[in-house]
Amino acid sequence: MSALPTPAPARTKTPRLAAIVSVTAAIALPLGLFCVILFATPLLQPALLDGFIRERLHRDPATWYWRDGVYTVALLVLAFVFANFAAIFSGILSWWERRVAGRIQSRIGPNRAGVGGFLVWIADAVKLILKEDLVPAEADQMLFRAAPYFVMVGFILTFVVLPFGESIAVSDMNVGLFFITSITALVVVGILLSGWSSNSKWALFGGMRSAAQVVSYEIPAGLAIMVPVLMAGTLSMQGIIRAQGGLPWQWFIFRNPAAFALFFIFFTSQLAEANRTPFDLPEAESELVAGYLSEYSGFRFALFFLVEWGNLWTMSAIAVTIFLGGWQIPFVPNELYAQLKGTGFPPLAWWGLEAASMLVFAAKTMVLVNVVVWLRWTLPRIRVDQMMSLCWKYLVPVSFACFLFTLLWQIAVAAVPALETAMGVGLTAVSVVLAVLFARQTHRNITAIGDRVDLSNW
Amino acid sequence: MEKLIMRRVHQGGEEMILNFGPQHPSTHGVINFLVETDGEVLRRAVPDVGYLHRSIEKIAETIGYPQFMPYTDRIDYVSAMMANEGWATAIEKMLKVEVPRRAQYLRAIACELCRMASHLVSVGTMATDIGATTPLVHGIRERESINDLLEALCGARLTYNYHRIGGVAFDLPAGWSDKALKFLDHFEKLLGEWDRLISFNEIYVKRLANVAVITREQAINYGLVGPNLRGSGVSFDCRRDAPYGAYADFDFEIPVGKGFRGAVGDAFDRYYVRVLELRESARIVRQALAKMPEGDIMAKVPRKVKPEAGEVLSRVESARGEMGYYVVSDGTDKPYRVHVRTGSFLAMGIIEDLSPGLMVADLVALIASLDVVAPEIDR
Repeated sequence: MSALPTPAPARTKTPRLAAIVSVTAAIALPLGLFCVILFATPLLQPALLDGFIRERLHRDPATWYWRDGVYTVALLVLAFVFANFAAIFSGILSWWERRVAGRIQSRIGPNRAGVGGFLVWIADAVKLILKEDLVPAEADQMLFRAAPYFVMVGFILTFVVLPFGESIAVSDMNVGLFFITSITALVVVGILLSGWSSNSKWALFGGMRSAAQVVSYEIPAGLAIMVPVLMAGTLSMQGIIRAQGGLPWQWFIFRNPAAFALFFIFFTSQLAEANRTPFDLPEAESELVAGYLSEYSGFRFALFFLVEWGNLWTMSAIAVTIFLGGWQIPFVPNELYAQLKGTGFPPLAWWGLEAASMLVFAAKTMVLVNVVVWLRWTLPRIRVDQMMSLCWKYLVPVSFACFLFTLLWQIAVAAVPALETAMGVGLTAVSVVLAVLFARQTHRNITAIGDRVDLSNW
Repeated sequence: MEKLIMRRVHQGGEEMILNFGPQHPSTHGVINFLVETDGEVLRRAVPDVGYLHRSIEKIAETIGYPQFMPYTDRIDYVSAMMANEGWATAIEKMLKVEVPRRAQYLRAIACELCRMASHLVSVGTMATDIGATTPLVHGIRERESINDLLEALCGARLTYNYHRIGGVAFDLPAGWSDKALKFLDHFEKLLGEWDRLISFNEIYVKRLANVAVITREQAINYGLVGPNLRGSGVSFDCRRDAPYGAYADFDFEIPVGKGFRGAVGDAFDRYYVRVLELRESARIVRQALAKMPEGDIMAKVPRKVKPEAGEVLSRVESARGEMGYYVVSDGTDKPYRVHVRTGSFLAMGIIEDLSPGLMVADLVALIASLDVVAPEIDR
């Protein structure tokens, strides 16, 4: 009798259909979204719409009664696109974060629905929408129902001025940054409402903590935002990016030592405003059960979480815009875009350049998003009094000092323009050295416990 | 406690009464804390225990001495091995049975592995309570390896039922020592990573240093035991000061709180004493494996365990501190009365006095630093 061949170890095999669906979705969804944004935003601008009305509809846009109607339709299309971008981004990020967390915690993470568990966020969304939208009997019904919408509106409206590429932004307002800081304040109104209206002591704790936290950290964040504004001389998001360049030493973060410090202050403050670890006090699980989310379920709960993950994109995108050179591609001057575009319908080369600028912007943003995810699974949470003292005793004075330093720095740079370039190259070199040292220490820590650097098994 | 509630209901003060539990992520089981807060600051927190009372002590009076062994596992299921050992030593004292050396060594190995598993859960959940989720998972990962070893030794991963009156149930399986040594090599290196990941994390230290300080006098007056007592700088450990089993043969340190990052006896000291004890336990297991004598694993014990009338107290050092079994026999085959003195119950007493002035987040740190295991409080 011949020995039977030993069977191969059992492996969980993803069904073919699920595999096809998940791989298609993983590629098509982000790609499709970015394509739609790439084409929709520049084409639905007032100038092109006016041209469309004049040439296709044969009306004079200045006097035609329905011109505002066309504009409204265009804006509704854009609103639909960006609301979906926010939703799908936070969905995919929720899957990605769980995979990263699994990797950090030496476990697997979601791996059942689709390849690598990619479809889990769709399953989650379906589950959350189908669940009962429960309102506690003793809750303040109207406020309880309204709170998630405040949060959602405060979050979605940032996409009005958030750039994606050179000409790719819904609107390049001349008060762009100011608009963002004011509109994100709506989020805290929603959280405060949810905390109060839930009629639960844990939710109240969470709401109060959140209010204290967001209001406090608005100040260092606002001061940090002022420095790029000073350096660029404009509040417009695109204007700030145009004042920077594609190479690292042309970014604001490296051109001014104060901006270098303020980048970290800004990032910390944004973590606090987005309620991310180590500032996740409003929903601190081990203390407040779920904080202001305690009583929410179903779709309203999903809205809160959509905002939480979507906020990662907006906070990272703002940081990239004001400090890290935005969509600037190295060695591509700002004038090239205008030259290529010409008048009328833009040529293919221009579209290619726009797509490249979008890619640069998205890549930079995703790096920061991953830093936030990484911090969340590494750091403990600080206490509420430490959170306040960190803000008022350290971040606010330091950001004030940096602000004042920048005023003097700008005067010095106006006199000696070479100063800025020298500082840019110097700080870039310092950062590269620090990054290399960090990587070496990480490698040493990994090998010290007899482990090895292993990037397989995703 | 009812008085406390009623006073607030009638006066309607500025303070808020908060039910911290019985279902709460950081009470580590079913415990309720009645918390009186003024904003984030606690006026006081009154522990309300008894939700997990299973009358284990009463059950002991209805069944025979050997039959009670599996019940001791359930007194403290995080460090079940030491609960076994306490019961076994109590009855052996009554019967005046000499346990074979090999059995004593096996008990020491099993108990120290179990202590490591228990401390890993303790320090891991502490990190989770402070907000860092990753260390717990790393701790549980190592605990799985320990559970594998204990499973190979006695067939169970949580409630071991390994001890017998007069010895232990099973001898070492073939190749077990090598596996254990391999694990220890890996584990001792990993403790360095643990310290880098969480112990000396700036935020973590800030959250725990100088929080809920228990002075030396307080710790003794409240009768705290184990790491909670040693965290306050009192060097007392049953394994050294009232040696039982094979512990007199081993060379190990008793880590005490020295104010590693703040005052002596703060939450960080209690935490770090446990981390240091992990290393010491690993040392003991190594020594026991190296010096393991040959011989029987069971003493000659009568089939029907019927101790003479009298009473006995046995003390063992469990992961949560000194664990005492007080057994009264009336000469029959069932105990007349059994009382188990456990560390978690003693730790609950100090919470009300420490709580005024703490913040809500500090209460979580305090409970976690006392390493409370709910079933051990109520039994």
